[in-house]
Amino acid sequence: MTVNTKISLKGQQGSLSNTSRQIEVLEKSDLPSFKSKLKNLSLLPLYPTQLDVFQVNMGKMCNQVCKHCHVDAGPDRKEIMTRETMQQCLDALDNSNIQTVDLTGGAPEMNPDFRWFVEELSKRDKHIIVRCNLTIILANQKYNDLPEFYKKHNIEVVSSLPHFSARRTDSQRGEGVFEKSIKALNMLNEIGYGMENSDLKLNLVFNPSGAFLPGDQKQLENEFKQRLKNDYDIDFHELYAITNLPISRFLDYLVNTGNYEAYMEKLVDAFNPSAATGVMCRNTISIGWDGYLYDCDFNQMLDLKFEGKVPKHIKDFDVKKLESREIKLNNHCYGCTAGSGSSCGGATA
Amino acid sequence: MLEYPIFIVMSKSYYDPADLKKFGDISKFQPELGKKFFDYYGEVFKEGALTQREKALIALAVSHAVQCPYCIDAYTSTSLEKGADEEQMMEAIHVAAAIKSGALLVHGVQMMNKVDELTM
Repeated sequence: MTVNTKISLKGQQGSLSNTSRQIEVLEKSDLPSFKSKLKNLSLLPLYPTQLDVFQVNMGKMCNQVCKHCHVDAGPDRKEIMTRETMQQCLDALDNSNIQTVDLTGGAPEMNPDFRWFVEELSKRDKHIIVRCNLTIILANQKYNDLPEFYKKHNIEVVSSLPHFSARRTDSQRGEGVFEKSIKALNMLNEIGYGMENSDLKLNLVFNPSGAFLPGDQKQLENEFKQRLKNDYDIDFHELYAITNLPISRFLDYLVNTGNYEAYMEKLVDAFNPSAATGVMCRNTISIGWDGYLYDCDFNQMLDLKFEGKVPKHIKDFDVKKLESREIKLNNHCYGCTAGSGSSCGGATA
Repeated sequence: MLEYPIFIVMSKSYYDPADLKKFGDISKFQPELGKKFFDYYGEVFKEGALTQREKALIALAVSHAVQCPYCIDAYTSTSLEKGADEEQMMEAIHVAAAIKSGALLVHGVQMMNKVDELTM
């Protein structure tokens, strides 16, 4: 078993914290390229369908250092979104019909302007999703009221819990994370989150804690529901099964443990054409902490910026132009098309 | 970091991990029976009265009982994918071990019967 560090890969000056080096690893392979697979399906170039989801990465700062993190987030990462960039996001939303705003990070709650931004989104009656790592609620007294804050703004909470066993969760997310996550889930349940027939949505994310793919989402959900209810009296709504994409810290893990090639082979073997047509980058736009625009959070972390006449920054946001862009692809995209497909909302096919 | 190079000498073996992916090739010499087998195999592992996770754990235990390295490789991955944890996987193997050793020990009764037969 590998060990969780206290700082990011960048902080350790790991060679794979460099995005060009990651792309080099992804492209150096005997396996068929992702683009060739899409070409066979006449899906190349890949274009968006309709922009429905506005996903904002509020920064790379996080109280956790999960081994598989595609953001390479951690307490040592200081890159966070400014209020000025958040205002540009609000201006962009005011000029569009996008209803869903998905807040991610790092731990988005650690951004000092997080609550201001949520309040502004709430005034605009947006459907707000927060990707909460759970432990942040207990990390400091100033975060203890987050469940009440979420409730006040009817925020949908999406939280990672890679397993119902402490060992499997802690091996991915760090020692003691499971116990704190359970406490945080209990706090959310207490105010109505995740309860049957409750409008306060609490969804969990399962992502494999190792070099394997997620199984059937519905079956995993049934298993999680039964185990979490019996063992910890926890309720939640849906489980999203998400495949780990071979970038950043997960790529570093795969390479260092000798699992990279076999994992890529698994992804390629499991390529599912119907998942390819429904990839999330076709209805999502991802905004980086510095306001740059990307096809998805993964492309953002690989720094795959748009080319040509497409708006590249939130200050130039233009739905029509963005909907006609060519989506940037590389071999990490196999992660979203394997098996039942994978997206920030779980399986797609 | 290793301070000296290690030269790995590839030895011939009856078991090659790469052969696992060639399992489907068994149909080449007998397509009809191969197809029947794989259709049956696929049906068996579908969700039914047992969940796919439960079936993966049974397969993992049987893999150990029949001591098939290909099957251990495959059903360790499948068990993890289906959400089983390390504790469940090891317990499944203990079930196989208990039956294997129990099956051996219950033959002790046969030995005892024979002893009765042969001794005064």
